[in-house]
Amino acid sequence: MIGYANPKRFLDLTRPIPPWFFGVSSTLLAIGLYLALFVVPPERQQGDAVRIMFVHVPAAWIGMGAYALMAVCSIWALVNRHPLADIAAREAAPLGALFTGLALITGSLWGKPMWGTYWAWDARLTSFLLLFFLYLGYIAIWNVTEDETRAARGAAILAIVGAVNLPIIKFSVDWWNTLHQGESIFRSGGPVIATVFLWPLFIMLAAYTTLFAALWIVRVRTAILRRTVRTRVSAGFGR
Amino acid sequence: MSSLALIGRDIRLASRGGGNTFLAVAFFATIVTLVPLGIEPVAGLLHAVAGGIVMLCSALAALLSLDNLFQADFEDGSLELLVTGPLSLESLAASKIAAHWFTTALPLLAISPLAAIAMDLPGAGLVGVVLAVALATPAVSAVGAIGASLTLSAKRGGLILPLIVLPLLAPVIIFGAGVVRSKLEGAENGAVLYLSAFSLAAVLLSPFAVAAGLRTNLSA
Repeated sequence: MIGYANPKRFLDLTRPIPPWFFGVSSTLLAIGLYLALFVVPPERQQGDAVRIMFVHVPAAWIGMGAYALMAVCSIWALVNRHPLADIAAREAAPLGALFTGLALITGSLWGKPMWGTYWAWDARLTSFLLLFFLYLGYIAIWNVTEDETRAARGAAILAIVGAVNLPIIKFSVDWWNTLHQGESIFRSGGPVIATVFLWPLFIMLAAYTTLFAALWIVRVRTAILRRTVRTRVSAGFGR
Repeated sequence: MSSLALIGRDIRLASRGGGNTFLAVAFFATIVTLVPLGIEPVAGLLHAVAGGIVMLCSALAALLSLDNLFQADFEDGSLELLVTGPLSLESLAASKIAAHWFTTALPLLAISPLAAIAMDLPGAGLVGVVLAVALATPAVSAVGAIGASLTLSAKRGGLILPLIVLPLLAPVIIFGAGVVRSKLEGAENGAVLYLSAFSLAAVLLSPFAVAAGLRTNLSA
């Protein structure tokens, strides 16, 4: 594991991955979207609006998964002091924020036909909004701290504190939501998902996951290369 | 320097020179009394928002002075000196959190009945507000100290402090408002227990995160 985390080896090993992942992702995306938009029948209660689920749920899944990834990388970075883990965590954050934002936007677009409003203070929407703010705080730490080592350690601590706090935030928001009974009628728990909906959803999940992985690897590679260039330039080799 | 001596020093500093305590109290009083101007001062409406407003205002007021929790000591070098002393960084962090609570949260607690009166709350609501502020402020000081330690060497760290700290404090605001609501409605909803649990956990765990943050920013 440590061996693979060597930046040079990481660059060599991951070079062929992004094109493949982009290919797999776009193929799955095409199949998944075709199934979701044309093959899947309208749902009994929601009608055609149910199709938003196929772009919404995978975004939410990545939004949460990216935070978990960031937290694991941060623990790894703090324990082993490995610079690659810092970069991996940092590069996951904007992507995670992007997918969380996408989940919020598609969620509110789904909310309009379902609940009659773009924004309901539904428990899940609210905790996702807070997750989005956690991402922003994490990115902000990186931006305002000049010294890169300090920024990395500070951001790692914040990511871990956030990961510890996230379940509590989720619990408090759920608790708060059940207190406001009036709004919880809108909850979209709904019936158990039928198999017709399940397969396209899985395909879309796989498509989003490979897309995230590809983008993440590209970002990490770029960050490593950028740092290498910077070190060489400052050492006087670049001229 | 022992923990107690450090807390005493910070309290003395705050009571003599620093305007932070006054600033936080004045900020709290101003916002809380301006809220009824922004919304219609109808009793029912004010009762409904009182808990949330008071919690948010006390968190913001405490954040004002959190910016300076380590900053002044960091800039004049006394933080480096404290670190070389016998006190572990974790104890130092815990003492700083305690000192912040005494110098900022305690005065806020003292004027929180004023907020209840401004919101036109009955006696039970007043008890709720004082209880909520008393239980919530340790968590605000503790979680806020994490943010203060992380932004120590940042340019204009004070500006991003709320961005970092406020989302982490969402449970405090929710449960704090829940305490006020439960007292107002006379119905038990568990908010007191949840808020106490969050505060205890925050006070217990955050010194470790604060110490890690300080270590990061102090290492050359």
